[in-house]
Amino acid sequence: MRYYSKEHEWVEVDGDTATVGITQYAADQLGDIVFVELPSTGAALKVGGDAAVVESVKAASDVYAPLSGKVVSANDELAGDPALLNADPEGKGWMFTMTLDDTKELSALMSADAYEAYTATL
Amino acid sequence: MSDLHLLPLDTLHHRLGARMVPFAGYSMPVQYEGVMAEHLHTRASAGLFDVSHMGQLVLEGDGAAAWLESLAPGDFKALAPGRMRYSLLLSDDGGTLDDLMVTNTGSHFYLVVNGATKFDDLRHMEARLPEGLTLTHCQDLALLALQGPKAAEVMQSLNIRPEHPDIVDVTAMKFMTVGPYLWGDVRLGVSRSGYTGEDGYEISLAATDAEAFAEALLADERVKPIGLGARDSLRLEAGLPLYGNDLTSDITPVEAGLAFAISKRRREEGGFPGAARILAQLRDGAARQRVGIRPEGRQPVREGAGIFAGGRQVGTVTSGGFGPSVGGPIAMGYVESAVAAVGSALELEVRGRRLPAVVVPLPFHQKSHHR
Repeated sequence: MRYYSKEHEWVEVDGDTATVGITQYAADQLGDIVFVELPSTGAALKVGGDAAVVESVKAASDVYAPLSGKVVSANDELAGDPALLNADPEGKGWMFTMTLDDTKELSALMSADAYEAYTATL
Repeated sequence: MSDLHLLPLDTLHHRLGARMVPFAGYSMPVQYEGVMAEHLHTRASAGLFDVSHMGQLVLEGDGAAAWLESLAPGDFKALAPGRMRYSLLLSDDGGTLDDLMVTNTGSHFYLVVNGATKFDDLRHMEARLPEGLTLTHCQDLALLALQGPKAAEVMQSLNIRPEHPDIVDVTAMKFMTVGPYLWGDVRLGVSRSGYTGEDGYEISLAATDAEAFAEALLADERVKPIGLGARDSLRLEAGLPLYGNDLTSDITPVEAGLAFAISKRRREEGGFPGAARILAQLRDGAARQRVGIRPEGRQPVREGAGIFAGGRQVGTVTSGGFGPSVGGPIAMGYVESAVAAVGSALELEVRGRRLPAVVVPLPFHQKSHHR
């Protein structure tokens, strides 16, 4: 099941782990991405806290943790090919996987339809 | 957004799909198809920039050159008709109030100042303007820049012709020369100049003619519209300072590495604002200098990042980002002169970590101008 945050992250939940990335909308807004800083494996993330940094030609943007939990793995391919985040942000451009501390946090996230409606208002 | 000024080409920018952002009090195009593509297109072909937010001023009257010399350190008395110079508006303590282009048109001086500082510049100048000189802010003019290796071919194919026979064809103009030209019956003030490190032109024309002229340029497949994002990455690669970042009222021309803008006669005679301090820095060296910096690795370093050497802060990054033509991160900043030599090892602080970097020569990317 895929969820979306107001901060333009997507979360693919599979049991008690999740894969996290930024949405196509976010990638388009950021423009050409030239560097990605991913969290270390084992790092404890708190919902709303800093999780990663995405740098475009022009600016650095924080990626916030959409949920609380521990980082299980990060997408090392992004280090060598940060443009993957522009080309396929909701697929091959996934950023990291994490465990979920509390599945109740999912209730603050949006469905695909709700997220699409949300971005239409921006 | 409603209190933002609109550029003469505002409707064209929207039609071209620009993302508009507030800048210098104007709603301005930051990008069209993307900063990287626009940057690389300008270096490979030709890019059209709308820089109508910049201030275009006309200074007329007897003694205009002498008065300009009381504000800025250029040799304007020796500036020949049809020539332009890069100069600096200085405060009494030698700080830089703005950087500007000064042109002698033959009948008057024409100045181009930064958009974000133009009203401050006008106040500064009007407060010092003597009887007999008039300073006019030409708010009914637009300013476009066509930059890139194919700019001259594009200008030629538009059949732009000299307004009088003693002026060379646009393609034969030398770098930093200026003249009156005609496109049909539309009058253009054309200079061979720009701020991208590429060959190119800057074109001043009536705001009411700007859209038709811009559309004629854009109808040429060699030309694409370029936003502020690529304008910034192009000038950074070219090692050119951005006022407000790399140049401020706290920074002297010597510290900024812009001593070339202090003409020989002015060095000998002084008589410009802050001359005592600036001439002493020219003689003894300044305590800090603007340098080019290459961060190692891929991570961009932005303005405001601390610069360290031997564990001690020695300066601050004033512009930084990713250079699309360089293919990696680039930055400029001010460092203590002891660590300003090319090859000096530095560390840049980003999000609590120190990244290795090295002082490199400016510009990061070099193209030859039409001389």
